[in-house]
Amino acid sequence: MSRTSPTPKARRPDDLMGLTPEEYDRAIAILGREPTLTELGIFSVMWSEHCSYKSSKKWLKQLPTKAPWVICGPGENAGVIDIGDGLAAVFKMESHNHPSFIEPYQGAATGVGGILRDVFTMGARPIANMNALRFGDPSHPKTRHLVAGVVAGIGGYGNCVGVPTVGGETNFDPSYNGNCLVNAMTVGIAPADRIFYSAAAGPGNPVVYVGAKTGRDGIHGATMASAEFDEKSEEKRPTVQVGDPFTEKLLIEACLELMATDAIVAIQDMGAAGLTSSSVEMAGKGGLGIELDLDRVPTREAGMTAYEIMLSESQERMLMILKPGREDVAARIFAKYELDCAVIGKVTTTGRLVVKKNGKVEADMPVGPMVTQSPEYDRPWVRTPARPVLEADAVPAHDPGQALKTLMASPDLCSRRWIWEQYDYLVRGHTVQRPGGDAAVVRVPGTHKGLAITTDCTPRYCYADPETGGAQAVAETWRNLTAVGARPLAITDNMNFGNPERPEIMGQFVGCIEGMRKACLALDYPVVSGNVSLYNETQGQAILPTPTIGGVGVVDDVTKTMGLAFQRPGDTIILIGETRGWLGQSLYFRELCRDHAVAREVWAPPPVDLAAERRNGDLVRALIGAGMVSACHDLSDGGLLVGLAEMALAGGFGFAIDIADAVPLHAFLFGEDQGRYVVTSADADTVLDRARAAGVPATVLGRTTAEPRLTLNGAVLISVEELRAAHESWLPAFMAAP
Amino acid sequence: MKSAVILFPGSNREPDVVDAIERSTGRKPAIVWHRETELPDVDLIVLPGGFSYGDYLRTGAIAARSPIMNEIRRRAERGTPVIGICNGFQILCEAGLLPGVLLPNASLKFICKDVYLRVETSQSLFTNRYATGQVIRVPVAHHDGNYFADDATLDRMEQRGQIAFRYCDPDGNVTPEANCNGSARNIAGVFNETKNVLGLMPHPEDATDPVLGSVDGRPLFDALAEAMA
Amino acid sequence: MKAKVHVTLKNGVLDPQGKAIAHALGNLGFTGVNEVRQGKYIELDLAETDRAKAHEAVKQMCEKLLANTVIENYAIELVE
Repeated sequence: MSRTSPTPKARRPDDLMGLTPEEYDRAIAILGREPTLTELGIFSVMWSEHCSYKSSKKWLKQLPTKAPWVICGPGENAGVIDIGDGLAAVFKMESHNHPSFIEPYQGAATGVGGILRDVFTMGARPIANMNALRFGDPSHPKTRHLVAGVVAGIGGYGNCVGVPTVGGETNFDPSYNGNCLVNAMTVGIAPADRIFYSAAAGPGNPVVYVGAKTGRDGIHGATMASAEFDEKSEEKRPTVQVGDPFTEKLLIEACLELMATDAIVAIQDMGAAGLTSSSVEMAGKGGLGIELDLDRVPTREAGMTAYEIMLSESQERMLMILKPGREDVAARIFAKYELDCAVIGKVTTTGRLVVKKNGKVEADMPVGPMVTQSPEYDRPWVRTPARPVLEADAVPAHDPGQALKTLMASPDLCSRRWIWEQYDYLVRGHTVQRPGGDAAVVRVPGTHKGLAITTDCTPRYCYADPETGGAQAVAETWRNLTAVGARPLAITDNMNFGNPERPEIMGQFVGCIEGMRKACLALDYPVVSGNVSLYNETQGQAILPTPTIGGVGVVDDVTKTMGLAFQRPGDTIILIGETRGWLGQSLYFRELCRDHAVAREVWAPPPVDLAAERRNGDLVRALIGAGMVSACHDLSDGGLLVGLAEMALAGGFGFAIDIADAVPLHAFLFGEDQGRYVVTSADADTVLDRARAAGVPATVLGRTTAEPRLTLNGAVLISVEELRAAHESWLPAFMAAP
Repeated sequence: MKSAVILFPGSNREPDVVDAIERSTGRKPAIVWHRETELPDVDLIVLPGGFSYGDYLRTGAIAARSPIMNEIRRRAERGTPVIGICNGFQILCEAGLLPGVLLPNASLKFICKDVYLRVETSQSLFTNRYATGQVIRVPVAHHDGNYFADDATLDRMEQRGQIAFRYCDPDGNVTPEANCNGSARNIAGVFNETKNVLGLMPHPEDATDPVLGSVDGRPLFDALAEAMA
Repeated sequence: MKAKVHVTLKNGVLDPQGKAIAHALGNLGFTGVNEVRQGKYIELDLAETDRAKAHEAVKQMCEKLLANTVIENYAIELVE
């Protein structure tokens, strides 16, 4: 073959594009010679942490991924589960952390675009988006700018493509000052027997490029200084990809229209590392080769090199393998939507990726070994030390009304209305449970079913005790889905951590995986897709370990979706689950004990009793299904009193509760014991009987009231109006500040 | 009743209005691609919400020059009812079928929430199932819903009863606080002079199903179904 | 021939983007900015070589698509 960029023999180039010297030598062993520039670029992206999961693979394998309802687990573009009626839910969550920190609007927007493509690539129409966002300290000078840009970017993209953004979560913590997290999740619906996969098949079949043109977007920054480029190349090369949601919308419609025909053999979106990863994955999964003629790739700029075309991260593009003779079908549909569609190569039997440009072979590499011999590291790790238990008596008791008001107006608990009102959460007319509830519920078009969707993680628990935190994140999604009356089915995970080359960070990763594994097993709740984002640290400051979990469940009758709003006065308020008053790592501890001696320690987070979690949740779901519950809310951040206050605010009613217990009052009210729910019912006796029969602790706390006040042991804590004002004002005031 | 929903590249709320029409009429509307030059014989033409052409240049500007718009203009002149919702409203204004224009929201942010509207007149084939002055609750979801026309035009429209809906508080008071996007005189929806063309920013089609939270949009579609029956 | 088209909002039409820019400039410490009005700049590469014809064609483009004359003014500049 002719090589355009020979490298001197027996010497590694100065710039290995991010590969380690050992990885470079391994690439030479696979090729049997030194790589060309294009080949080196391909190795570097395929073996990057992002594409190869080289630090995390060993541990990810431990997660349970199977259940009778799982159609496709991790490894494809997204996970697929059977939801009955011949339909499947297709979903995944993915991070776009670094790009969002550099350019929050475009970073977040293209994050949404990428995850949408992962889902419709599999033949699913996206029906809902979610996002889990984590920002630095509100007082950090960059935080406001990042919040504004990320939220506008998510909205700008999602609103335009017309997929409702139905919920998510937002946290603030100084550990994210230098690394915000933007984790975007998409859920789609497809016929269960019409799922599209990426494995290439049929030697001779055409490889077809569709979507937007290729430009010099987001090309591997490490190669900027390479002598292969002239001095002007830097200015030609935008580092931030720019999204075009209008093109994405057309791409969705065109792909779904083509998928309704029998033309497609395999399809893969061009995400990170664009044409490289899509062609390598398709060939690798099919055990075949692919030959590409880059002169046929639609380009936006003149004079692009093979290296640039292969590594471009231009958005809104897909690669397909079609049945022979069906090129016209595709061309007609893509012309209707005014999108590019070009045959750029063919499937071969060689098992090699061959890339040609101007008649020259720019890359010729064996796909199998590149995939199977990709680096895999067993990085050293140390277990996070056990933390002491924080006794409730050691924590100062504040006035409950004042403490509640402070918490409800704190950055992590205040209303997110300012955010969600910038998202079109209604488009396409199926949003049953809007943002602000425990889980969003979207009707499955054409059915009476609903899909319940939530994202959760409590990083301050994961930091203190990764295993408990990992289990808690999974359990909280399960609980949130249960609280709206759904049967939880499966999760996607988005593992955000610091530098895995540091043993304590790797220990956090290992611990979180272990907790997640246990929770998934105990709750019959497998992982079907996921994404790993490592190296989230700046100047040695790592983010809190953040294994964001996206959970999906089914509500069998969407009209019976349960909400958290009090429905009427006079209902009995019942606490389900055991309360020991666990204040370690609670928000009460964080927000109200800052000046106290206990604040200097990291304490054990609330333990997660998975058997109790399951028992309690199964009871609550049965009660909802039997129509015995008028409102339901899971208890998490902030504990019981915060949960009750949220129910009062949502319903516009008050409550009167009486608590006379052995546990100190402030611990009972603000402890974050897990596995708990508050339900309201007009038939308390039956609820209590059912709980007793199920062996689940259930305690009557009091009643909902017409008077919009929160009353505890006969004393008024605060009015609903005053609480609402405090709850609603923090975020708008923060964002409006100069 | 036979109806047609026009699909532009970037329309995205067509399923919402298709469902709403089907709920009121029992019949699915025809879907007509914007490059068509002819329309089937229909009693109602709908321009749905979305981001036609990504809102590039100006909202609705490029869609307003689509081939199908000539035929829509001809039908409207002959009296066929035309309703444009959200992006459809923006397109009708750009096409000159309705007066005024929709500018970016005063907040410069996309806004999605339930709002209250005061029905300004029941004297139209779109609004005759409402009482004049009735307050309804429907969602908005737009970035460019800030209605603008010069004062002389607005005065003339008011005299002719061309104002269909105004943003108001839950009690029907037309206040600056209730004006969610900065529209001139709180205007949320307008008619053409002959009142067979209606454009509005809010989404009555998303308030036609109890499971979605409001059915206050239902009378608009019921009225059309009855008028066209 | 190249045509440079500037599209600006008419006086009296509210320009929230311009207002936001003015506000941001103030925050950055730039004083003495009385008002900001933002607009669009559109560049057209034309096959037409006759100036008068080119101008007329671009004027038609502005009237029909590039500007909404309800709210916007336009200015055309031709460059050989």
